[in-house]
Parts: sequence; C-alpha cells; structure tokens
Amino acid sequence: MHKKVLQLLVDNTSGVLSRISGLFSRRGYNIESITAGVTADPRYTRITIVTSGDDEILDQIEKQVAKLVDVRDIKELKPNESVYRELAMIKVKASPDERQGVISVVDIFRAKIVDVSKDGLIIELTGNQDKIDAFISLLDGYEILELARTGIAGLGRGTENVTYL
Amino acid sequence: MIGADAIVKCLEEEGVEYVFGYPGVAICPFYNSILDSDIKTILIRTEQNAAHAASGLARVSGKVGVCAVTSGPGATNVITGIATAFADSIPLVCITGQVNSELIGSDVFQEADITGAVESFVKYSYLVKDAKEIPRIFKEAFYIANSGRKGPVLIDVPIDIQRAKIKEFHYPETVNLRTYKPTIKGHAVQIKKVIGELSKAKRPIICAGGGVLLSDAQHILRSFVEEHRIPVVSTMMGIGVMPTHHPMYYGMVGNNGKPYANRAMNESDLLIMVGARVADRAISQPDLITENKVLVHIDVDPAEIGKNVGASIPLVGDAKHIFEDLLEEKMVCEHEEWITTLDQYRETMGKKRNPNPDYVDPAEFIRFLSEQMQDDAVYVADVGQNQIWSCSYHIVKDGRFLTTGGMGTMGYSIPAAMGAKLACPDRQVVAVCGDGSFQMSMMELATMRQFHVPVKIIVLKNTYLGMVREFQHYNYQDNYSVVDLSGSPDLEKLAMAYDMKFMRLLTMDGVEEAIHSFLAEDESVLMECVIDPMDLV
Repeated sequence: MHKKVLQLLVDNTSGVLSRISGLFSRRGYNIESITAGVTADPRYTRITIVTSGDDEILDQIEKQVAKLVDVRDIKELKPNESVYRELAMIKVKASPDERQGVISVVDIFRAKIVDVSKDGLIIELTGNQDKIDAFISLLDGYEILELARTGIAGLGRGTENVTYL
Repeated sequence: MIGADAIVKCLEEEGVEYVFGYPGVAICPFYNSILDSDIKTILIRTEQNAAHAASGLARVSGKVGVCAVTSGPGATNVITGIATAFADSIPLVCITGQVNSELIGSDVFQEADITGAVESFVKYSYLVKDAKEIPRIFKEAFYIANSGRKGPVLIDVPIDIQRAKIKEFHYPETVNLRTYKPTIKGHAVQIKKVIGELSKAKRPIICAGGGVLLSDAQHILRSFVEEHRIPVVSTMMGIGVMPTHHPMYYGMVGNNGKPYANRAMNESDLLIMVGARVADRAISQPDLITENKVLVHIDVDPAEIGKNVGASIPLVGDAKHIFEDLLEEKMVCEHEEWITTLDQYRETMGKKRNPNPDYVDPAEFIRFLSEQMQDDAVYVADVGQNQIWSCSYHIVKDGRFLTTGGMGTMGYSIPAAMGAKLACPDRQVVAVCGDGSFQMSMMELATMRQFHVPVKIIVLKNTYLGMVREFQHYNYQDNYSVVDLSGSPDLEKLAMAYDMKFMRLLTMDGVEEAIHSFLAEDESVLMECVIDPMDLV
C-alpha cells in the first residue's frame, strides 16, 4: 500500500467534483485529500487527489477516473518530478507569556502569523505535507484550538509534457 | 418552438421509433409535443420496465433505446432498469421530467435528485438548465450511450425548460466532446503480438463475452475462428456469438456453465478474452486463467483490462475492428490435436439430468422449444433457475439470446421481449421466465394487449423462488425461508383476463405438438409448464 498523487484536468461542469468523489467512495478507493480550482482556461478545473492503495488498485483508480466522461486528462505527479504544496491554518492558544515561544517556531518554519488575539493566534503555513506535519508536532506543548488544512495542490516540474493549461 | 418540441425533434433526428414510458405532470410537455411526431409511444405499466423494454429494443436493433418518465417516483422507479442496462452495457437514453428549475432543492411534490441518485449506474447524466442546450445535450447523450463501452445516459429536464420558448433549432452534425474519446482501433503492435502468440500456441481458445455482440462482431469473429480453427467458449452474455452447434463452439463457462467449457479454458495455453469482464460468475478463480498460459484481454473499456485479472497482452479497442485487423494478418496455426481433445471433452463431460417423469422437464422442454423456433428467433431468458436452464439447453441458430447476466434483474424477460418484438416484428420473440420472475412483470400483459405486441411467454412454474430455494437446499439444509409462491394467480384465468391465449403442459406428453401450436399462433400466448418444485439446475 502506498501513496500516489494524481492530477486531473476536468471539464468545469456542475457536479464534476461529486462525480469524481462518488467514484472513489463507491469503489472503495481512498482519498487522503482532494483539491480543485479553475485553471487559466475557465472551461477546465484542475484537481489534485492524494490516494493510496496497492499497485493494482492504484492502476484501477487511474483507469476508472480516466473513464469518466468529464475527465480530459489524468497523470501521476511523481514525487521527484513534481512540486506539492499544502496550506495549513492553525489557531493556537497562547497567553502573552507563551506567544514568544510560538513565534520562534513560526520563524524557523517561515510561517506567518495572520491574526493575533488576547489569548491566541492564527498561523499560516505553506509547504509539503511533511513540513506541515513537523510543524504541528513542534506545537506539541501548546493547545491547538482549530486546524484547517487544504490538502495538497501540485504541478510537474519543468516545461516538458505540458499538454494543457 | 418550446423545449419539449426540441426534445422530440432530437429524437426524430436520431431515428428513434419508440419511446417507452409513463407520464406525470413533470414530463407532460414532452408527451404533448410527441403527439405531433411519428414516434410511437408505449405506455408501459411500471417505469422499471420502460428501461427493460428499451434495452430489449437496443439489443436487437443496435440502436439506442429510449424511455421517458416523470419526476420523483417515476424517476426513482426507473433506476433498477437503468442499473440493469449499465451492468450489461446496453445503450439507453432515459429522459426524466423534473420539477420547475427554481424549485429544485426545496423538496416539492414529486421532486427527486435523480441525476444524483443514478450517478453510479449511468455512463453520464445531464440536468438541463437552458432549453437552448437541448440539441447539444441530446446529440452528446446518444453518442455517449452508443459508443465505446455502451451504457445508459440520463437527461433530467425541468418542466419550465420543457415549456421554455426557443427561437431556432439546429441539431449538431457532430459532437464536440473535449474529454470523451473512446479507443476504437486496436494498437497495431498489440495485434501483431496476438498473431505471434496464436502462431506459437498449441492450445488456443477464445472466450467471447457480451461485448462481441454489442460491437456486432460475431460474424467477423466466426470468420476468424473458422479460418484458423480456433475453439470458442462464451460467457452468459456472450451466448449467441457462436451458434450453439457450431463445431468450434464449446459452450458457456462459469459456475453454471458447461464443465467441458471450463476445462477447455483452464487447459488452454493461450486464452483470448474478448468483450468479457472476467466477472465472478464466469471466472470464479481468476488465477486459473493466468496459470501456465498467455492471457490476451481485448476490451473497448481499458478499465476492464487488469481489473479482475492481469493480462499478458492488453488490447484496447472495439471487437469488430480488432477482429477485422486480426483476420487480415497472415498466420499458420497448428492445433488439431487440441481440437480432438476438446471434442472428446464435449462428448464425455455432458451433464446427466434425472428428470421426474411426473412433470415437464425444463431442460428437454427448452431443447424442443429452441429446435422448433425459427433460425433468427429472439429468446429472452429471465433470472433464476429458468435462466440457467435456458443458458444450458437453448440452442441458438442464427438468432439472439437475451438475458441480464450482469445485474440479474428478475422480471427482465417480458418487457425486454416486448422491446425486441417492436424492433423486429417479423422475428419470433419468446420470453421464458419462472413463476417468480413472471409475477414481477405480469402487469405488462396489458401493454402487450394494448399495443399489439405478440410476444410469446413461457412460465416454468414450480411454485417456488427456485434459485433461492436451491441455494437454501445446499447451504441451509433445506430450511426454506420466504421462497414459497403458493399465493400465485391461476395463469389460465389471468390470460383470460387479458384476452390472451393460454396453454398448460403438465408432463412431457405431447410436448412437441404443444410447442408447435404455441409457436404457430400469430398472437401472444401464455404457456405454463408445471415443473418439479424440487428440481435443481
């Protein structure tokens, strides 16, 4: 069982996301994260899906997804040939005394503090999933009040094999 | 012109002859517009059967079957029929009425999210939001339904869209689908590889599935196997690819198939699966068909290749095109010894039945029936023990054998037979069902009577849900639970109620004469054959 990042280019029709997520749920495939957004050409949406399974299952996932009428293209974003990014927002409880400690972790990770209140702050962090996981584990001593992660978006490196927008 | 007129014009452009359906308020504009057309409407008695009838029509005509039902319960009732067509890859376009666009999502009377509900059973679905889009959507829907791996497409049309005025109607000549491009022609390199393997093979065999019939490739496949003397077995959906008595045909595989067919497949050194899904009923142990052999898997749907079993040579494309290409290649095959072995298996491994002489023996009955049926007759088998007997004993000459092998929906045979009969009125069409499956569709006797669809119906009556009873016999020590059908109607009186001819057979006495007069009738006939309630397939 291993992880695979798939990039899809799909027709920007209503219901396309539910068609894709519905396919995953009814065939029992895993979705670790899914992100979607319109491309430079508004007719298309780019979707990045992180999934996991055995080789045969991963192969089936690609084929079954490719079969959907709305899907124009599907390709794997291989780790060494692609860039992945995820955005996380973390609301941490921090009294004025604790604040400095949080800020030092934020600085090391080149994260940003986007909101401060009397007893807490919101941190914004962009990076690959490992970086975000590491950051969260370093906040161990603090109380995390809320956490929002976007799931990863990714692109292949270089300008070769760019078949679409 | 309004949206509903445009829908009817689209159907005319597609050459649709029949629409099967059931009206309701939300589809009334459509059914009003269709009055001005030559397209004939068939009022089916429950929506599920509208899809089955469209399926029967599609399967014998090669055209897309069309049904049209209303919103809410009309739409949800048709789902089983759509799911059946999906499992069997039958091209349908199903039009559903929908409540007013502005009311969608507010749970008004007879509202159902049908595009959401059928998502997993359709090849594609549309919710029409602008009447101007109707021509494009219908053009695409017919194309999607009947190309690549065929299947049902649903178009949900809100009533205000059906009523909306549109200025002009222009039916597109071509579809412009950016994302949907099925592979039709097989890859030349892969085709050469198949030829290479066939020339080397000592024990080649082809296993033909329903996909061969869907691409109308049965004739070219027969030419190919006759030219190179390659044995053929089939799945349930592939029955009819080869005439039953063709010397190169070795029967249906699977747990309800012929033992010699399974043995032939397992002992082969080259297996060519074509248009078959390698599904559990046909291939219960996928590892057996890869052991010590080369597996070629031909399918128009790339996702089927490698889904249940890994193929040595995957070949994506339409069966007809691929066999045309294969037939053009020069090749020398040497495997007469293998054919002799298979002939021996076929001689010696037949199943022996022990029929009870007090009843009609369904096996012998079906054999007599199919011997007397015309060469190009359409035989529609339902689901249950009757289906297995039909698969095992019906003799296909040059006709068609229709059944639902994928979904196994009881009640399929009568509506599907009606659709088939309407598509080809000159051919004999016989539906063979059990007393359970008959009662799931017996309301359609009214449709047959109203629209003069002279389908012949055989009911193999054992007063049990026989297939489940048989399962309980083997797996639950004869503890029969909820399988007794003793409340069933007297079929003679039922036939009388529908003004239908009736015949009853109690034993095998006079069976051939009875079948003769049954088939000789121009009108519909209902024939009841009383079989041993304890009989096993």
